[in-house]
Amino acid sequence: MAKADDVKFTRADICAVALAECFRNDGEILANPIGTLPMIGGRLARATFEPDLMMTDNEALLIANDEAYAWGEQRIVETSNPYRTMFDVVFSGRRHVIMGASQVDVYGNQNIAAIGDDYKMPKRQLLGFRGAPGNTALNKTSYWVPNHSTQVFVERVDVVTGIGWDRAVAAGPAVTRYFNLRRIVTNLATLDFETPDHRMRLRSVHPGTSVAQVLAATGFELVVPDDVPESRAPTAEELRILGGVIDPENRRQMEVDNNV
Amino acid sequence: MSERDVVDRLESGMTIGIGGWGSRRKPMSIVREILRSSLTDLTIVSYGGPDLGLLCAAGKVRRAIYSFVSLDSIPLEPHFRLARQRGLIEDEPWDEGLFMLGLQAAAWNVPFLPSRAGLGSDLMALNTRLKKVQSPYDDQEEFVAAPALTLDAAICHLSRADASGNAAFLGPDLYFDDLFLRAAATNRFISVDKIVPTADLLKEAGTEQRLRVGRLFVDGVVERPGGAHFTENPPDQARDEAFQALYAASARSPEAFAEFRSEWLDISEDEYQRKVVTKS
Repeated sequence: MAKADDVKFTRADICAVALAECFRNDGEILANPIGTLPMIGGRLARATFEPDLMMTDNEALLIANDEAYAWGEQRIVETSNPYRTMFDVVFSGRRHVIMGASQVDVYGNQNIAAIGDDYKMPKRQLLGFRGAPGNTALNKTSYWVPNHSTQVFVERVDVVTGIGWDRAVAAGPAVTRYFNLRRIVTNLATLDFETPDHRMRLRSVHPGTSVAQVLAATGFELVVPDDVPESRAPTAEELRILGGVIDPENRRQMEVDNNV
Repeated sequence: MSERDVVDRLESGMTIGIGGWGSRRKPMSIVREILRSSLTDLTIVSYGGPDLGLLCAAGKVRRAIYSFVSLDSIPLEPHFRLARQRGLIEDEPWDEGLFMLGLQAAAWNVPFLPSRAGLGSDLMALNTRLKKVQSPYDDQEEFVAAPALTLDAAICHLSRADASGNAAFLGPDLYFDDLFLRAAATNRFISVDKIVPTADLLKEAGTEQRLRVGRLFVDGVVERPGGAHFTENPPDQARDEAFQALYAASARSPEAFAEFRSEWLDISEDEYQRKVVTKS
């Protein structure tokens, strides 16, 4: 447990805030964070500083509830959003997705398809390309990596499913018109691409971790500013909303190691 | 008709589209019947779940055309992974939005539909069917031309239908079942939990918004309560998670799959459904 202004919070709470911050200034778009902690972070953003976001029930509805799960009959339905409609939203560009990544490189190229040198017979088959090529070409994209390690942050990804900055620039205006790769939030830090050549930069380290710890867990050279700030701590109000409304079962605490 | 009648209409080497999504509302009783048949060398087009996994495990698949394969509550499909890691199948990866456009192109009888999805990614190299097309308009930009995913046959599971193939889905999402059924010119088959008289169809559906499959696009209906088992099929059936875990565990070894196969697949569909009821 870290301590700030006499408020107790965990690493998972910090991650929820960092994930919420990905959506700041997004306005009225579909916030589509995939996974438990990203969903909690997205709900936190909407409940506090981005009230116009629309969010899913993980199925075919967009709902207004602040709760991140277990809505039951309490769903406040805004509109219907079956997969057909979801792809219309994806193609429209009015969406910010937070995906996972089994591998990611210095320009933010993501792999969720397969691990190994031989794609025809991979060492480990993963999910497939899923929607990653279209998501990254058309939507604002961020990533959530609950286990920041050199296995994930690699020099070269085995398959480029979601495109990074170098691939986007090389693909030309048909992609760069909409491409907007924002941030990577991990259990240790927040990273972005706000550098002249869009290489990955250490934006902030979470309270309780160090720059050295992040560098040791990253398999390529990160851009590290002279002064790396600490990631923002949750406010008392944010902690109240997280624990009291969004995630009363504390599911967020299960997704990262709170003792590192 | 029966699942057996459907399989009698299929041939080895065909390209077969399977409706549903991941481990949701899959036409599993027809998939199981394909397993029991002598069909082989199939190209499967699917938002993949245990349909594709099971067919891979049984050696029925030559080529997989898919954007993902998942059991939802078990994120990675273990039988599909084995087939890929052993190099047993040809792999044709897609983006899931492009995949919809491929089905739509087939349904509309056009050779392709353009999209930005895929540009810059390794999809363009690993799916050798994907080509680019230049806009003939002022922008002159290059797009991915999603080729028509034309099917030789399509199979889907819906909730209710009349005997001639007008059908309703009662769950949260139609997924792309209507497109699968339109992407095949013939051999379009559905299984349903219950066949009702046409006069009762709207009442069963609750609203005409759920009557999304018409008989123009259906060549045969199989009535099979529990036909989607073990995938989720609300409101009739939740996913049978215990059974799905059993299925996933059978990827552990050839012996484990042989045991699963003799217990659950080398029996008739009637027997399968009886055993499922007894087990739970």
